[in-house]
Formats: sequence, structure tokens, C-alpha cells
Amino acid sequence: MSSTYMMLAGFAQTWGLLYFVSVFVLVLVYALWPKSKTRFDEAARMPLRED
Amino acid sequence: MTQSNAARKSITTGEMGTAIAFAVLAFASIFIAAKAYTSEYAFHAYLFAAASAAAVFKIIDRYSSRPAEPPPLIIDGKPNYNMGPVKFSTVAAMFWGIAGFTVGLWAALELAFPVLNFDLAWISFGRLRPLHTSAVIFAFGGNVLIATSFYVVQRTCRARLAGDLAPWFVVLGYNFFILIAGTGYLLGITQSKEYAEPEWYADLWLTVVWIAYLLVFLGTLRRRTEPHIYVANWFYLAFILTIAVLHVGNNAAIPVSIFSPKSYIVWAGVQDAMVQWWYGHNAVGFFLTAGFLAIMYYFIPKRAERPVYSYRLSIIHFWSLIFLYIWAGPHHLHYTALPDWTQTLGMTFSIMLWMPSWGGMINGLMTLSGAWDKLRTDPVLRMMVVSVAFYGMATFEGPLMSIKAVNSLSHYTDWTIGHVHSGALGWVAYISFGAIYCLVPWLWNRERLYSLKLVSWHFWISTIGIVLYISSMWVSGILQGLMWRAYTNLGFLEYSFIETVEAMHPFYIIRALGGALFIAGALIMAWNLWKTVQSADLALSVASPALQPAE
Amino acid sequence: MSLWTKHYLLEKNSIFLVIGVLIVIAIGGLVEIVPLFYLRSTIEKVDGVRPYTPLELAGRNIYVREGCYNCHSQMIRPLRDEVERYGHYSLAAESMYDRPFQWGSKRTGPDLARVGTKYTDEWHRDHLASPKSVVPGSIMPAYPWLAATELDFAHIQDDLKVQAQLGVPYTPAMIEQAIADLKTQATTDAPTADELAKRYPNAQVRDFDGDPSRITEADALIAYLQQLGAQVNFKIYDDKANIR
Repeated sequence: MSSTYMMLAGFAQTWGLLYFVSVFVLVLVYALWPKSKTRFDEAARMPLRED
Repeated sequence: MTQSNAARKSITTGEMGTAIAFAVLAFASIFIAAKAYTSEYAFHAYLFAAASAAAVFKIIDRYSSRPAEPPPLIIDGKPNYNMGPVKFSTVAAMFWGIAGFTVGLWAALELAFPVLNFDLAWISFGRLRPLHTSAVIFAFGGNVLIATSFYVVQRTCRARLAGDLAPWFVVLGYNFFILIAGTGYLLGITQSKEYAEPEWYADLWLTVVWIAYLLVFLGTLRRRTEPHIYVANWFYLAFILTIAVLHVGNNAAIPVSIFSPKSYIVWAGVQDAMVQWWYGHNAVGFFLTAGFLAIMYYFIPKRAERPVYSYRLSIIHFWSLIFLYIWAGPHHLHYTALPDWTQTLGMTFSIMLWMPSWGGMINGLMTLSGAWDKLRTDPVLRMMVVSVAFYGMATFEGPLMSIKAVNSLSHYTDWTIGHVHSGALGWVAYISFGAIYCLVPWLWNRERLYSLKLVSWHFWISTIGIVLYISSMWVSGILQGLMWRAYTNLGFLEYSFIETVEAMHPFYIIRALGGALFIAGALIMAWNLWKTVQSADLALSVASPALQPAE
Repeated sequence: MSLWTKHYLLEKNSIFLVIGVLIVIAIGGLVEIVPLFYLRSTIEKVDGVRPYTPLELAGRNIYVREGCYNCHSQMIRPLRDEVERYGHYSLAAESMYDRPFQWGSKRTGPDLARVGTKYTDEWHRDHLASPKSVVPGSIMPAYPWLAATELDFAHIQDDLKVQAQLGVPYTPAMIEQAIADLKTQATTDAPTADELAKRYPNAQVRDFDGDPSRITEADALIAYLQQLGAQVNFKIYDDKANIR
């Protein structure tokens, strides 16, 4: 039983951690990419434009 | 209307197909009703038959009176928005809201004064409590989400809602599901999975409605004339998609017979517990959080007349929220027969979830930076901002309660009930009220609400109600948790169970009082909205903004 | 193609957004749910745990119908006060035939995981008819209609059949004899009690509702309550064998 636990814990602490960090980094890169700024600023104003 | 160049009117495949499908359903329902194992099930089958027959009639009636051409997508360069279904859902939300709050109050009073059960099966606490939770979450909250999502997706995509009959099918079909679910609970038809009590046939019906909802939403996104999909729509989309997956996974069941309302779930024991709380917690995460965050991301900027504080933060908020939430379910099963590693995993992610939640809260609150004075003058905005503050409070308390040591005390007690209501009343209901206060004048072409003063009254009365509710449940929960584990100095348990029940009595009365104040606020709101729609002198001069000439 | 044009795709095309969301939510759910079908502690069988008898199953369905789970848990946590108050902590195996599970989430009333054999049938009858008559401070609703309503078991075979399809070890004989077994269990000194005991070891056989002339919903519900947590003999159960 404890071996199952150790195996799962080992997996979580290596590949699991790597997976989470890389997804988070991807999201950060996506959100903070400098070239996207103007596009995001424009998107943020979408609800305010009246028609 | 009848121009010479008008195409000859012909029935569309959509109209024909839907009418035939409903006709088949009507006959099938009558057949099932005739052979049903129980009279309660027969009653539901007859409801299905009547609703299907009404749908067939309505489709034919609508066809005979409609113009030959489908409604134009654009009139004078402006999108020809389809707001009928939005209006219906808004009214339905207000109706179910008050009904659901009232049932909640009655259930609260039954705990304080059990004589109110009146020895009647259909209003005994065990049947009323699911009615209350479903009425407020799915009937009130669900209609708010359908109304606002159909509104927001049209406005931010600058496109008419996709589908002709489909949006009406979603709105009416969803409310029919609510009717079946609610009457079912009172009649004792339930599969006993919390927040997923409806039986197999109601679940199947909801699945069809939900797929239509997803298709209408996606279809509208595809029609958009804007290059970007606004972030509120991301949250709506995540909500619709994930609820579909959760609903199908958690309700996988085999009916005893097509003539029986009873079914058995394909999962058993531990696996069923895990699937249930994977569903249960993500119903909180994606229905009560992601969906209502979409409301926050549209209505707060709109009402404050300034863009969201940080669009980039909203993107990080979105991905980290949906990424972390899905793991948090096992915190409902601490110290149970669920394996320890799953519990630890659930706890870890629940604690991490605090971060994106507060990121979202900061984003909502800071949208007002530079416009804080509006909180003084606009009680609608105040209500929405306070709801975001409650969101912050509830999402701090949640991770705290997911810590195993804390949970060992709080679980099974009223603390959980208090926590849920600080989220449900403070966050979900308040942001919904704010959105409805915005929507009604927009939808009915009124220049403003009938009375802002009444909004203020609503705000203060219901805030006092919430404070009474959550503080009484805190005290009773922690008190009962401590009493259960209290030992005498001889090493015996100090209190019998019934002593801990008796100690709850005063708090149950205070809780009921809080609930009564909350309903009073909602009634003021309903009156205010009614007067807004009724008062002709509030009407905007043009009939419909969609018909205005360009610029 | 640089990174930012790729995510530009994500926000411009709704299908990519759909796929992104589905991937993200699928991983969390699968990692937590799938192992539960393979791990020893969650699938191990424990001596004494058997499928419900037809009468118990009918009683369980009444328990579900009345929403008892709204106020009563069936899950004793391995905490000192709970074990002393309610008995041995609950094992995963003890709910292996529970569809759906009834662990509950709130204890407005006490835990019922081991309520079986703790009280007499008379106590349960009085308690269901009027809780205050036996527990003066109780806030539980009364359920007088249970003893007054005849149990509808005409289709109980269908229930067993569906459960068998789902993997519950109901044999063809059990399904065949379901109605007979149900009647047997609700009859004190039933001549066919031996046959029932062969199919369902340790099933309690007697007239539970105190009215031998008919089988009521109270018969079924009390039969269900009286076996709760009483299937495993903890005097001979090896705690260490099933550590989780």
C-alpha cells in the first residue's frame, strides 16, 4: 500500500509539478507578451462601445 | 409587409424537425404515462406530453403568423439583437429566486420549529431542502446565467443570437426541467445526489437542452463581427462546457425501467462519492463561480463605465481558475474512506485556488479605481462591488476549510452551511441582483430604474440578513463541532448528540430571521423592477435601439 | 510562427478555446477518479459485506426518497470522538454496493453508519412515527405515513436485474426469488428463512413494523436501518489489512 502512495507522491512531485509550472508559465507568457498589450487593451474596451 | 419581391413562405427544416420531434415525444409520453409504475411518474409523463403538445401548437402558430423571410441579422448597419429569450429568463430568474428563497426560509423554520413539517410527506425537511438548493442554484442562478450569457454574447460579438427556435428551446426547455425537478422532489422522486437530485429522465432532458445551449452560444460566437472574443464569454463557455461534462459523468445511471422514475447510478460507494464531489465542487466552481465571474467581467465595467482593471490579469485568472478548480473536489471527503493521497491532492489544490480567486477579486474591485465616488451615488454598482468582496471572503474561507485539521471540525456542521451562504447570498445573489438591475432598463428600453432609493433599501436590508445568516451559522457550526469532540476530565464524551442539537435552537431562529430579511429585500427588488417596466414615463423615446439610424 | 500568434488563435477561434478548456478540466478529473477503480484500499472486499436483500433495498430506496441523507451521514471518520460515539470507522468496502452512496455531508442528526441493531424495532417504529416520543429534544420530522403505506414491491425484480447488470453479484436465483425473499424477510419465524439466509448471510428476518398482516414501508426502512454497519464483524476484522 505504502508503495502505491510513494509512487504517486513521487510522480506528483516530479512530473506533476513540472506540468503545473509549465502550464502556468505558458499562461503568463500568453498574458504578458508585450506585443499583445494593445490588442488586450482594445478587447478590454469592448463592453463600453455602444451601438 | 407583403412586398412583391417577398419569397414564398415555406416551413424551415428546423421548424418541421422540432415540431415532429415534439409530436413524437408527446405520444411517447402518453404511452409511458399509461404504463407508469407509479402515479408520480405518470404525472410527470403527462406534463411532458402537455408541454410537447403545446410546443407543437406554438411552432405551427408561430409559423403561420411570421413573415416569410427570417429576421434580418442587421438593420441599418446595427445588429438586430434577439432579446426575447433574455427577457423571459430575466423574469423567470426573479420568480424562481423569490420562490427558492421562500422555500429556504421555510426549511430553516422547520429546523427551528419542527412542528412546521406538519407530518406531510411533501413538505418534510428531507424533500424541501433539495427543492431549496435546486431552486436557488439552478432555477434562479441558471436563469440569470442564461439571460446574461445570451445578452453579453450578443453585445460583445455584435451579432444576433444564433438559431431561430433554438434560443427559445433553451430558455423554455430549461425552465421545464426546473419544473420537473422541483415537483419531483416534493413527490419523492430523487436520486439523492446532492445538487444533482433529478432522476434519469429529467437528466436526459437537461442534456438535450444543454447541448442546444452550447450550440447557440458557439454559433453566436462564430457570427461575431469583433475580432476578439471578450473574456466574459470565455468564462461563459467554460461554464457551459464543464457543466455538460460534469452532468453527464455524475448522472450516468440505468433506469429500472422506462416506466419507472427510479434509476441506479453506474458508480458505487467510494467511486460514486468521488464522482459526486468532483461534480459537486465543480458545480460551485463552474456554475456558481465561472458563470458569475463572466457577469462580473461584463456588468461591472459597463456600469462603472470603465474597462476592467487589467485584461491580462483576467486571462491569468481564467486559465488558473479553471485549471485548479477541477482538482478541488476531494476536500468534501476528508477523513472518509477515500484514499489519503486523493484527499491531500484536493486540499493542496483548494489552497492554491485562493490565489486566482483573489486575483479575480482584485481585478473586479480595482475596475473602480478612479471612480470610487460612484459607490456613493449608485447602489446597483455598490451591490455588485460588495458581491465581489463577498466572493473574496468566501474564497478565503473555502481554502481554510479545506485544510484537513480545520475540516475535521467544520465538516458535518453548520459552518459549511454558513460558508455556502456567504458565497450564495453575498456573491452569487448580489452579482445577479446587480446584473438584473442593469438588464431590466436595457431590455425594456427604460432610461433608468424606477427608484434607486428602493435599491438602497434592498441593499441594506439584505446585507443585514446576510450578516445575521452567516454569523449565526458560524457560531452554531463551531459550537456544535466543539461539543461533539468535548471530553469530560474522566475521559468520556461530554455531550450526547441530542444536547448538541438542542444548543442549535437559538441560532436556527437567528438564521431564519436573516433569511426573512433577505427575502424582504428581494420583494422590494421585484416591486421596483415591476414599476420600472410599467412606468411609461421612463420609456426611452425610441422604440428599440436596434432600429436607430447608424451613428 | 511565434508564440503569440498561436495564442492569438486561441482567443480568436472558439473551437480552440473549447478544446483548451476540455483538456484542462479532463486531466484533473481523470487523475483523481480513475485510480479509485484500481487501488486496493478502494476495491478490496471485506468478509461479511453482501448485497442488500430485496427488503433492505426497498427500504434503502425509501431512505433515498425521503431525503434522509440531508441530515444524516453514513461515514464515521477515524477521529477519536467519532469512533467512541458511533463505532468503528467506516470502510470503503462497506459502501461497495451503495448506488448512490449515502455518506452525506451534514449531521443535523447523528451519523447512521452503524445504527443497525443499536435500537429495537419498537424504538424505530415509535421514532419514525413521532421522534419526540422517544427523543424529546429531537427536531426530526415525523414520518407517520411509512407505517400506514403498503410497500410497493411489484417491480423489485427489475431493481435487482439492473443492479446485476451494473456488477452487483445478484445471482439469477436471487432475482428469480426476489419477491418471495422480500416476503420471507418481513415475516417472523418464516419457514423459508433458511433459503433467504443461504442467499443473504446474516439477514435479519422478522416482522419489523409490528403489523404481521401486511408489509409496509416501515418494514422495509427498519430492515434497512437495522443492518446498517452490522455486516462486518469487527471482532475478527484485521485493521492492518486494509490501511488506506
